[in-house]
Amino acid sequence: MSHGPSAPSAAPHGHSHDHEPYQPVFTPGSARKKELDDLKTRYPDKRACLLPGLWMIQQDRGWISEDAMREIGEQLGVTAAYVKGVVTFYTMYHQHPVGKHFIQVCTTSPCLCAGADKVVEAFLEHTGCKELGLTSPDGKYTVIEVECLGACGFATPVQINEDYVENVTPEKVPQILAELK
Amino acid sequence: MGYPHKSHPRETPVLSKHFGNPEARKLETWKSLGGYKALQQALTMDPVAIQNVVKESGLRGRGGAGFPTGLKWSFMKLNDGKPHYLACNADESEPGTFKDREIMRWTPHALIEGCAIGAYAIGAETAYIYVRGEFTEPIARLEEALKEARAAGIIGNNAMGSGKKIDVWVHRGAGAYICGEETALMNSLEGKRGNPRIKPPFPAVSGLFGQPTTINNVETLTAVPHILNNGAEWYKAMCLSSPKSTGSKLFSVCGNVAKPGNYEVVMGFSFKEFLYDLCGGPLPGRKFKALIPGGSSVPVITIDEAESVKMDYEGFLEVGTMLGSGGVIIFDDAQSMPRQLARLSRFYAHESCAQCTQCREGTAWMTKILERIVAGNGTFEDLDTIFDLAENMTGKTICVLSDSCAAPVTSGINKFRGEFEALIKGKRSSKVAMGAGV
Repeated sequence: MSHGPSAPSAAPHGHSHDHEPYQPVFTPGSARKKELDDLKTRYPDKRACLLPGLWMIQQDRGWISEDAMREIGEQLGVTAAYVKGVVTFYTMYHQHPVGKHFIQVCTTSPCLCAGADKVVEAFLEHTGCKELGLTSPDGKYTVIEVECLGACGFATPVQINEDYVENVTPEKVPQILAELK
Repeated sequence: MGYPHKSHPRETPVLSKHFGNPEARKLETWKSLGGYKALQQALTMDPVAIQNVVKESGLRGRGGAGFPTGLKWSFMKLNDGKPHYLACNADESEPGTFKDREIMRWTPHALIEGCAIGAYAIGAETAYIYVRGEFTEPIARLEEALKEARAAGIIGNNAMGSGKKIDVWVHRGAGAYICGEETALMNSLEGKRGNPRIKPPFPAVSGLFGQPTTINNVETLTAVPHILNNGAEWYKAMCLSSPKSTGSKLFSVCGNVAKPGNYEVVMGFSFKEFLYDLCGGPLPGRKFKALIPGGSSVPVITIDEAESVKMDYEGFLEVGTMLGSGGVIIFDDAQSMPRQLARLSRFYAHESCAQCTQCREGTAWMTKILERIVAGNGTFEDLDTIFDLAENMTGKTICVLSDSCAAPVTSGINKFRGEFEALIKGKRSSKVAMGAGV
């Protein structure tokens, strides 16, 4: 449920792999191919593996390119256009490369009560990201606002890549960034 | 218990008893605490007998709608020769609600047991737990627990040696509030865009993969093993007010409050005592002003209205709001209601799936107007436009997302009109109207 740029024009700078040839994820005999095939046995229709398959691609390649959409579509018997329709519906699939540390600050009402807007400002300032959705010049950070992370009692929660950091205040931001590897 | 706080003596920890205890995540410990006894018993029972116990207990859906669980299960036509499915709704995304997350983080086996019993009771061999994509820790905890349960033969082709097949799988979402709507959840699980479906057909007739399906919330399913272990009478006896609301309920408390967290109380508990005693009252030097008691989609109430409420489905209805998911969002006297409601409206505008015009246009337009008022550029006509919009956003769409945007906004304006008018009149210097620190 993130707010991020989706148009290629908003793609962040500092990425060298923008135009590198796509490396398929589900090559014959690969662990990912086996994982996907195992997954198909859980559902009566293999298209149900689309969201999990897209997650595998994002974990391995960092984002979902048009080539990736074509690849997973071929695996599951749907067109690349169909896959694109699905990818663009969900906010967690990156349609362009993002920083090494993808920082999502929850700013929905309960977190706004706790001053989440100030947490956003602190992350933008300390990461060097010029604005929400843009990646820092060193390619390390992308900061966005996210809708309710479902951890309202631990306001303000921030999701950094896969992990939640809870009870974040502006003062804690430099330390949080310093601890990221 | 009031995790992350210690259990308050006036709580009734049933589902939350082991929150905060990492040992409870392990199968061995969980079994020593009584885990999977109910499933063992259930597998010797007739599915209809299980449905009847749950009906008798009075358990109602904890996701927000409060539909009687046993009755919902009885809509599934047993032995019809079709595959049946159970989908557990773990897409917890309703602002203010964070109870299912704790259930999954701390007691994953409790949910797995509930899913297995639920699946068996509706004639399903497969249950999918659809978890919102952001919940990586709950997903990891569930996956670990499922691995243990599968290895121990608790679930699988011969569940607990019963000869019955029950599989439970985790399915990860990818960021979409609307996928908590049951028909959108099914579309998403099928690998589609998460657009809600027109009903009928209802899921019990044609749901997941076109087959009979039941969708239950995490908290609902987690309550089921306790009901089987202790009996329907025990569950029904947990009731302090309306006999139509029984059992214990987890309330997530957040916003401007001394002790935010999850609290488990018996249905019908005094809201006043809950707020001031269990949750520690307001922050130092502040006063409670307004609340949204059932997740952000229900009408706003004032603190005066809240103090008379008995916390159950009927009690919240009496003051014109709803128990919903039990996510209590509290605003104190330093908060600007126009600013908070504008932000809430923006949430709905962002999360609209955009299928229905009234919702796609309505939520965006409402947000635009509210943000204009907050910026000091609003007019009195704007307030009339909001009410006109709200009417067109209520009861006219495939799902209730647009209704959920209109409800807190219109109730908020009705109850705090002065704050909106002060902004429109240009009294932006008023600290009360704009909120501290703005």
